Amino acid sequence: MDLTLKIWRQKNSSAKGKFETYKVNDVSPDSSFFEMLDTLNQQIIETGNDPVAFDHDCREGICGTCSLYINGRPHGPKRGITTCQLHMRSFKTGDTIVIEPWRAKPFPIVKDLLVDRSALDLIIQAGGYVSVNTGGIPDANSIPVQKQKADLAMDAASCIGCGACVAACANASAMLFVGAKVSQLALLPQGKVEAADRVEKMVAMMDMLGFGNCSNTYACEAECPKEVKVTNIARMNRWFIRSKVGAEKPEAATYD
Amino acid sequence: MSTLFKYSSITKKIIMGAFGLFLALFLLVHLTINLLLLSGDGGKMFSAASEFMTTNVLIKIFEYVLFGGFFIHILFGVIVTLKNWASRPVGYYTSNKSHTSFFSKYMFHTGVIIFIFLLLHFMHFFFIKTGWVQPPAGIEKHDFYGLAVALFTHKIYSLIYIAFFVFLGFHLNHSIQSGFQTLGLNHNKYNSAIKIVSLVYSVIVAGGFSLIPLYFMFIF
Repeated sequence: MDLTLKIWRQKNSSAKGKFETYKVNDVSPDSSFFEMLDTLNQQIIETGNDPVAFDHDCREGICGTCSLYINGRPHGPKRGITTCQLHMRSFKTGDTIVIEPWRAKPFPIVKDLLVDRSALDLIIQAGGYVSVNTGGIPDANSIPVQKQKADLAMDAASCIGCGACVAACANASAMLFVGAKVSQLALLPQGKVEAADRVEKMVAMMDMLGFGNCSNTYACEAECPKEVKVTNIARMNRWFIRSKVGAEKPEAATYD
Repeated sequence: MSTLFKYSSITKKIIMGAFGLFLALFLLVHLTINLLLLSGDGGKMFSAASEFMTTNVLIKIFEYVLFGGFFIHILFGVIVTLKNWASRPVGYYTSNKSHTSFFSKYMFHTGVIIFIFLLLHFMHFFFIKTGWVQPPAGIEKHDFYGLAVALFTHKIYSLIYIAFFVFLGFHLNHSIQSGFQTLGLNHNKYNSAIKIVSLVYSVIVAGGFSLIPLYFMFIF
């Protein structure tokens, strides 16, 4: 396959970036998108230039490190996969592929296609945990958990924190991410205890970091590589309402 | 004003959504009364209903609640949208190709169009009632039937009204289901039902209101 790549190049976070066009020839349709980018980088290095910087780690769709906004979609044209699971057979020879970094105020560009997503870590640090040690694996059935709830918690927990929801959202909202993190804990007995307090802390941090407001376009669900559902956002909203009007919590833990 | 911006994202959305659902319900009341225009009795029933709506004390109080509802819905809509725009200062080169419902992306735009319509609609009725705008020659300012006939026998105005109702329908179609989601009233069992209700409701409201100018254009 012969391809034209239009890639965003930016030296550092403060530099002004621009698109550069590259040609890559003889790409195997069976190679992964990243193997294609590796080939490109080899070409660039051989000409003595700076290779394209992009995030990647496990290359098997579980770590959430890879990103890339490919032809107008985070993680490219296929549903339910990460960029590292994307293969070149999804494109045709002669195609022009536009590759951009994820754009959101809380995701500053570090270099080229690489963005700093530590804002998502800060949201977790604000309350995305159970604050006591819950010990080792309990005996089976010592804490009864409804099967359906366990499944929903597992589905929510499949979020790998890649930030595709933010990248896809017209408002750069992180509500699918926060909804998933709130849900995975609120659905289980150990996490439910602090659910009301947790949702307020995490939402307050999300707002402070400059993420937008969900306008229910559901682009996040369509682009999530783990297909996390927007029902998690509704659950987060329910817990948020409950925290405001029902749940008892210490005075110090109230937020606007 | 700055306090309003400090409300959490979900609080702002809940306020906007709850008032939006309230306004959507009001539209049904408004439509029910307006459909009396089609009764063919020379406006007797419609005039009786409008007299009740303009003189009853409880309705007059409700009028202020309604204006408050519009004000809060619009205010929070603008605040939320400004924050959303600020959340992505540098946009993408390629426009987004994600599979989303078309109208969900244009709620602010359809909202602005509806607001412009609302001003026009007030010029044609409410501001005439309050005396801020002169009624057309020969029509008394409380004669809503006369005002409606004078307005909708103009083909241009009728077409403008119908065009606005189409945008109102688009706005409603997304907003009802969206309001449920924002209020956390989302459940796998009922989601498809909510979507259908949303669509049917928007068709009834937009279609119902459009019947009135159509009636005056072709049947009256």
